[in-house]
Amino acid sequence: MKKSFALAGITAFLACGAVKADITVGVSLGITGPGASLGVHYRNAYQLMPKTIAGEPVKYIILDDGSDPTNAAKNARKLVSEDKVDVLMGSNGVPSAVQMAQVAAESKIPMIVLTPANLSPQVFPWAVIVPQPTEIMMGAIANELKATGAKNVAYIGFSDTWGDLVYKALDSHSAASGFKITTNERYARADTSVTGQVLKIISTNPDAVVIGGSGTGGALPHVALVERGFKKPIYHNHGTVNAEFIKVGGKAVQGAVAVTGPLIVPEELPDNAPTKAVSLDFTKRYEAAFGAGSRNAFAGYAYDGFLILNAAATEALKKAKPGTPAFHEALRSALENVRNVVGTHGVYNMTPTNHNGVDERARVLVQVEAGSWRLKK
Amino acid sequence: MSVDIFLWLVQDGITNGAIYALLALALLLVFSVTRVIFVPQGEFISFAALSLALLQNGQTPGLIFLLMGGGLLAFAMEAWTAYRQGDWRNWPMSVLLYLVWPMGMAGLVMWLAPTKPGLWSQVGLVLGMVVCLGPILYRTAYQPLAKASVLVLFIASMAVHYILTGLGLVFFGGEGLRSEPLSDARFQWGVLNISAQSLLVIAASVLAMLILWLFFDRSLYGKALRATAINRLGARLVGIRTELAGMISFTLAALLGALSGLLIAPITTIYYDTGFLFGLKGFVGAILGGMASYPLAVVGALVLGLLEAGASFAASQFKESLVFSIIIPPLIWLSLRSRHVEQEEEEES
Repeated sequence: MKKSFALAGITAFLACGAVKADITVGVSLGITGPGASLGVHYRNAYQLMPKTIAGEPVKYIILDDGSDPTNAAKNARKLVSEDKVDVLMGSNGVPSAVQMAQVAAESKIPMIVLTPANLSPQVFPWAVIVPQPTEIMMGAIANELKATGAKNVAYIGFSDTWGDLVYKALDSHSAASGFKITTNERYARADTSVTGQVLKIISTNPDAVVIGGSGTGGALPHVALVERGFKKPIYHNHGTVNAEFIKVGGKAVQGAVAVTGPLIVPEELPDNAPTKAVSLDFTKRYEAAFGAGSRNAFAGYAYDGFLILNAAATEALKKAKPGTPAFHEALRSALENVRNVVGTHGVYNMTPTNHNGVDERARVLVQVEAGSWRLKK
Repeated sequence: MSVDIFLWLVQDGITNGAIYALLALALLLVFSVTRVIFVPQGEFISFAALSLALLQNGQTPGLIFLLMGGGLLAFAMEAWTAYRQGDWRNWPMSVLLYLVWPMGMAGLVMWLAPTKPGLWSQVGLVLGMVVCLGPILYRTAYQPLAKASVLVLFIASMAVHYILTGLGLVFFGGEGLRSEPLSDARFQWGVLNISAQSLLVIAASVLAMLILWLFFDRSLYGKALRATAINRLGARLVGIRTELAGMISFTLAALLGALSGLLIAPITTIYYDTGFLFGLKGFVGAILGGMASYPLAVVGALVLGLLEAGASFAASQFKESLVFSIIIPPLIWLSLRSRHVEQEEEEES
């Protein structure tokens, strides 16, 4: 009896050795720490991902970096050297993702970046980026500002990289869209009040305010502006769009306009919208697993990351076996050449000089109406 | 800057300053009685504010699991000590503090939460839950270390802080919550349009300070706490139990933390880790007051609130840097005029 057990053990062990050709995906996310509110959504998406790519089993190893860039780098090294992953994915903070991309470049492992980090393909040839560049997103807001004839626009954003990124993206459109940014105020997510900043904004008498926060953090300045009697339009970036924002902002955020990926409102998109079918399917499955109204852009980025990987790995598998440097190189070159991969957010077309393959089809304007985000008419 | 902007900023600064003042008092109280730099003070705020928001949604806060688990741990430690020393005189007190109160609160919350009780019952439930954590934390984390140096106690505080923040994420999730205001009313007063909520913050803080003052000045327990703060050894010689003093100071700190949490919950969005920054600012307030005097700590906290409001108007990019850099001059001054630290530690042991 004992012998047969041992034998079974050995066979199982050998069998494991044989299926070593699994594609191993190493993920590092900020599931705790300041970025937790986004990281949790990313992690959830991995529960919905298929377990095979082109017939080969895939294994996901998900580590928590606590939203700390140093930990993200450590996780990436561990995933590469100990778990021998074929591809890295992550993280939900720009600084963390940059650290991981650095490790990916050093160890020649392809990486799918899940946050709008600005990585040049020359410096980071191993990384491709899923989320829409902030410039494309804020471009939609700039178009809207131009259409409404706004001349003076006030800005208030987080006192971190995100606040800077959104400001720069907005500023890059200011000349072409004919508006001037009157203030560049900053606040922290944990602030008790933004009265000072809001007073300054109102004193410059702007035609509109753009807020560079994220998640529920975007609600604080919006509520404060409304409380001080500000009646003109208030715009948010794509980091803000989730159900909690409306819950926290309550009555004050009714009418708030934001830019986001089409994933948020697939039901309202015209039938010829390219992403409609994929988004509908994903939101339906996500909400079935995590509750009605739980849809969010972040889970979509993780899922689109999978779809891009799926397309590229199918190509790479034709050339080499997973776990080999040849496979990693094949996967890298397949990733930067994916064509017409339809995701939940947009249609991805990468080239060796453009590692961020979305266009204007990857953005829509939404508005808070009767307690939920609806497509802006 | 026009006059009305100035008045707005002053109003905002005083509202925030009042919250910081409550925290400064709690930190100062705990430090002077037990020598603990109570980093987790801020967690009481987050826990109270988030529990209130969850109760308003008709959800049961996960905090009750911490109450039950912590209560059982504290009770086991107490039973072990009593068994070792063969001294069961404090037994009824332990049963009450670590079994009846936490378990009773947990049961009550589980029973009442789905029924969405009225506002004042919610406030009562939150106070009952959060205040109960004070003695539990003291018994499990600090009482066994009561004779350790300030540095060891501080490191223990950091550990408790990290444990509580981690649990906060599990209990309340990563997104922020905001509770409904106790009152939507606003008053027009000159150019100012003051919300009832901010008046409530100031009134409640002043009231809490008055009650604290009466407690320290008039009651026997308050005097015992003051005696322990002035001289631990002397207090012990005249029969004051320093464990009891520590326990009371932690309970009061939890009460002040819970109160600040309830007051701030409708004003801003609270996250599971927001409390730490509030606690830190309360600490800055206490340091501005020289870390010794209660009235000076309140003044320090108000100055901090006003400075913060001014900085957020004038240079919001540098607000936190300005707010935290003002503690450097008082720290230099304190370290120049205080005795050498090691000497103090020797005296303690």
